[in-house]
Amino acid sequence: MEDDAPVIYGLEFQARALTPQTAETDAIRFLVGTQSLKYDNQIHIIDFDDENNIINKNVLLHQAGEIWHISASPADKGVLATCYNRTSDSKVLTCAAVWRMPKELESGSHESPDDSSSTAQTLELLCHLDNTAHGNMACVVWEPMGDGKKIISLADNHILLWDLQESSSQAVLASSASLEGKGQLRFTSGRWSPHHNCTQVATASDTTLRGWDTRNMSQIYCIENAHGQLVRDLDFNPNKQYYLASCGDDCKVKFWDTRNVTEPVKTLEEHSHWVWNVRYNHSHDQLVLTGSSDSRVILSNMVSISSEPFGHLVDDDDISDQEDHRSEEKSKEPLQDNVIATYEEHEDSVYAVDWSSADPWLFASLSYDGRLVINRVPRALKYHILL
Amino acid sequence: MDPGSSSFPPPSQPHARGPGSGPGDSPEGPEAEAPERRRKAHGMLKLYYGLSEGEGAGRPSGPDPLDPTDLNGAHFDPEVYLDKLRRECPLAQLMDSETDMVRQIRALDSDMQTLVYENYNKFISATDTIRKMKNDFRKMEDEMDRLATNMAVITDFSARISATLQDRHERITKLAGVHALLRKLQFLFELPSRLTKCVELGAYGQAVRYQGRAQAVLQQYQHLPSFRAIQDDCQVITARLAQQLRQRFREGGSGAPEQAECVELLLALGEPAEELCEEFLVHARGRLEEELRSLEAELGPSPPAPDVLEFTDHGGSGFVGGLCHVAAAYQELFAAQGPAGAEKLAAFAQELGSRYFALVERRLAQEQGGGDNSLLVRALDRFHRRLRAPGALLAAAGLADAATEIVERVARERLGHHLQGLQAAFLGCLTDVRQALAAPRVAGKEGPGLAELLANVASSILSHIKASLAAVHLFTAKEVSFSNKPYFRGEFCSQGVREGLIVGFVRSMCQTAQSFCDSPGEKGGATPPALLLLLSRLCLDYETATISYILTLTDEQFLVQDQSPVTPVSTLCAEARETARRLLTHYVKVQGLVISQMLRKSVETRDWLSTLEPRNVRAVMKRVVEDTTAIDVQVGLLYEEGVRKAQSSDSSKRTFSVYSSSRQQGRYAPSYTPSAPMDTNLLSNIQKLFSERIDVFSPVEFNKVSVLTGIIKISLKTLLECVRLRTFGRFGLQQVQVDCHFLQLYLWRFVADEELVHLLLDEVVASAALRCPDPVPMEPSVVEVICERG
Repeated sequence: MEDDAPVIYGLEFQARALTPQTAETDAIRFLVGTQSLKYDNQIHIIDFDDENNIINKNVLLHQAGEIWHISASPADKGVLATCYNRTSDSKVLTCAAVWRMPKELESGSHESPDDSSSTAQTLELLCHLDNTAHGNMACVVWEPMGDGKKIISLADNHILLWDLQESSSQAVLASSASLEGKGQLRFTSGRWSPHHNCTQVATASDTTLRGWDTRNMSQIYCIENAHGQLVRDLDFNPNKQYYLASCGDDCKVKFWDTRNVTEPVKTLEEHSHWVWNVRYNHSHDQLVLTGSSDSRVILSNMVSISSEPFGHLVDDDDISDQEDHRSEEKSKEPLQDNVIATYEEHEDSVYAVDWSSADPWLFASLSYDGRLVINRVPRALKYHILL
Repeated sequence: MDPGSSSFPPPSQPHARGPGSGPGDSPEGPEAEAPERRRKAHGMLKLYYGLSEGEGAGRPSGPDPLDPTDLNGAHFDPEVYLDKLRRECPLAQLMDSETDMVRQIRALDSDMQTLVYENYNKFISATDTIRKMKNDFRKMEDEMDRLATNMAVITDFSARISATLQDRHERITKLAGVHALLRKLQFLFELPSRLTKCVELGAYGQAVRYQGRAQAVLQQYQHLPSFRAIQDDCQVITARLAQQLRQRFREGGSGAPEQAECVELLLALGEPAEELCEEFLVHARGRLEEELRSLEAELGPSPPAPDVLEFTDHGGSGFVGGLCHVAAAYQELFAAQGPAGAEKLAAFAQELGSRYFALVERRLAQEQGGGDNSLLVRALDRFHRRLRAPGALLAAAGLADAATEIVERVARERLGHHLQGLQAAFLGCLTDVRQALAAPRVAGKEGPGLAELLANVASSILSHIKASLAAVHLFTAKEVSFSNKPYFRGEFCSQGVREGLIVGFVRSMCQTAQSFCDSPGEKGGATPPALLLLLSRLCLDYETATISYILTLTDEQFLVQDQSPVTPVSTLCAEARETARRLLTHYVKVQGLVISQMLRKSVETRDWLSTLEPRNVRAVMKRVVEDTTAIDVQVGLLYEEGVRKAQSSDSSKRTFSVYSSSRQQGRYAPSYTPSAPMDTNLLSNIQKLFSERIDVFSPVEFNKVSVLTGIIKISLKTLLECVRLRTFGRFGLQQVQVDCHFLQLYLWRFVADEELVHLLLDEVVASAALRCPDPVPMEPSVVEVICERG
């Protein structure tokens, strides 16, 4: 069975920031933020037409500065948050803000075939996350499953919880915590756990992973030396509440059970340089996507530690011919963790990968040279998981 | 003379003999006839045999036999003779011959007369004798007649006597029978008292014999009251006897032979054999348990245990000997018991044997810690040898098998012990190396130490392996009694020594070495990088030579006859090679990380926006070059140079200046012109199209260049990624330019393909330019000047 060829889209600028439009569950849509010091930065809204294999794009200007991180609201398609650099007086400060895109772009305007986008529209600023007292913003994460009112931002060594009020036009600092210790501690990345009623957040700083309780902003667990070097990213297993994955400069991807943090559950060492991004598939948590500065994207099948270790379990009443299924079930049982595919379409470091929020079998990766590649899970595997 | 006369001497012969000449007389006439006839017969025979008449007769030279004048010849013709005589001889001679002839005739006549007389006398005497015999025979006939009559009379008398005595004889026979019966009865009546007496005197054997004799009769006649009484008495006494015998038997102090006698008697008394078996075994058990207890006492924790050899000796002579006696006696006594009895004995031996084995094993377990194999092997040998006898006697009890099993188990444990010893030795070596590495370095001394350390470690491990092999080899020595057991001939050699000990050790060595790669302390470097390098070289040496050497040595010492599959040398070598590769890769990572950290800190901590115009190469870059040089020296001590790409052989500084001026400008110029942002991407993409993808943390080869290339790749990639995260001012960019050029100047000589360094450094500068809002590059000539000055 032939797999569809990857779809490639090129941006004019360097880019690091990528996110799916989280609130959109029908159309496949990604947001990409560019990095340019000399020109106005842009946010590209990439619509992918799955049936025709065509990409439609819309460009929004993001004049505030180059975008280091972008995240979309899980509740409102039109709302997104960025971390961006503002350069002034030979000072660089990374700020964060919440924006709203023009209404007509929220669900894509497929009928605009002119790619020139001469009439680039501008984002509407909803509010700044005031960080003058806290330092550079590393990332902004939305409360998953929430109503888009809560945001966590990581600024240097502070973790800040914001309440968005009055239709997001005002951000109020609800609570905060900070990391104390010797040396210059800085958060590099953070994720909000979808489990436990969304009360947990995990952060990465240097080689350490930390879990936080958002209700009182206290530390729940701490994995010291989770990686040999800097931890670049982490992600929660969407189906198993205690499992999370992390990646870092030691080229490894590690899977943790937060109840026992002394040893990783599993370690992958497939990349040949720093791993910048790790993402669980939203519905089939055995599929793990990683992007690395060795310019590769690797899709792994971590069956043994997934929520479906014995393959897709068929409900009893679905079984028409029990005997047959039993035997099949048995033959399926010894599933091995393996690398499904290595994608080598990129020629520069890949700093961001993510799954589509609409189609669980589709993902995008973004390399520094501005190349966005949209790939699909191999069909054979897809059917193997589904059937 | 002539054959005819010699064979048939007729009475006349003497006359015919004499001088062959004589006048043929008439009386000679008839005499001459016979020879004539005989001669004829002779002639016939001679004819038949093909002899001429002449030959046969005429051989003796002399007168012609046909000569009729020869007086003694066959064809004598008196007439011719006389004629001849008368014609030839003179008168005187004629007269002489006449007298001569007369004289001869007379002599012949007298001879004949004498002969006749003699024969007559003999005939007369014979006649007399015959007559006398006739007389005697007649007398004898009379005697014989008289004898016949006498015999008839005797026969008659004898018959009469027999008839008379017939009656009396029958009576006597009857009386004799009664007498015998009475004697038997008397014996029976006296039996109780006799028995009592015997019992009192302790003559148990006698008593049992009496009892045996009377038993059947009493049994037969027990319906008669008197006999019954006797039987009862006897039974009482016998019971007492049996009791006494048992008593004696139970007391048991009297030793095995007497006990055996008791058992024999009791058996004869018809005591139930099964019960006796039991009792016999119970007694034997008592004695053997005594032995076991004494052995256990030796084992006891408090007194210093005697050495294992002594222990097995005691056990062998005490317990095993006792067991042998018991078994032999039992089999002799209770042979009639059949398989049930044998089973009982087997179970008995098995139970006691297992207790004995438990003791021996406890003792041997105490020995496990010790290093002396020869004593242990000797002790095991004794132990095993001693158990052969009872093993043969009691095949069913499986003692010999159990003993062999114990020996095997001990041998296995020994192997395990040696394996641990080897592992410990290896770890010890590593500790030594660590200490040597950690010891304060004397300037310039650290270098040669590494190769020496490697040689030390390798030789010390090898000698340990050899020592272990020698120690283990004792188990298979010819003179050891268990060495020809199948286990020691096959499995012990192949699975135990070769697989378990040698292969096991090499594997564990590899594992230990690999564990350094997985150590969590990647940051701090819990493992000194030099140790990684050394281990890697050690594993590589093992792969190339040592493994095959050790295995050949093992195979030679332990002629492996087992057919079970063994790990081939190639597999083991592959493992060692893999280990060496991983170690070296890890070394590269660790060293790369050290340099990376320096570079990263230097990029991250600096404020690139407000930096001043570069005057110097930054110190950290010099440090990087210094460290790289140090690593180069270190690796060079253990690994070969390796191959570079051909172009680097004649590359010189000049090529770099060309590169940095022309190429650099060509490359960066478009990106500095703000009008064409797309070109940058396009250019860098095109450039990437033509260059191979760089695998940063890629596996390395076993040579210095490859190692250094790996380290430098890691470092420069880190620099690139760090630069991309920063924003640079104009002078910041220029500083990066200067730094990169400096690195180019010094790093090219370490790597296999200098193009690689160029590419990476190009990309660093390009990225820095992209991250600079005001990219004004420095003049290449100025860059060069600064670098040369620094």
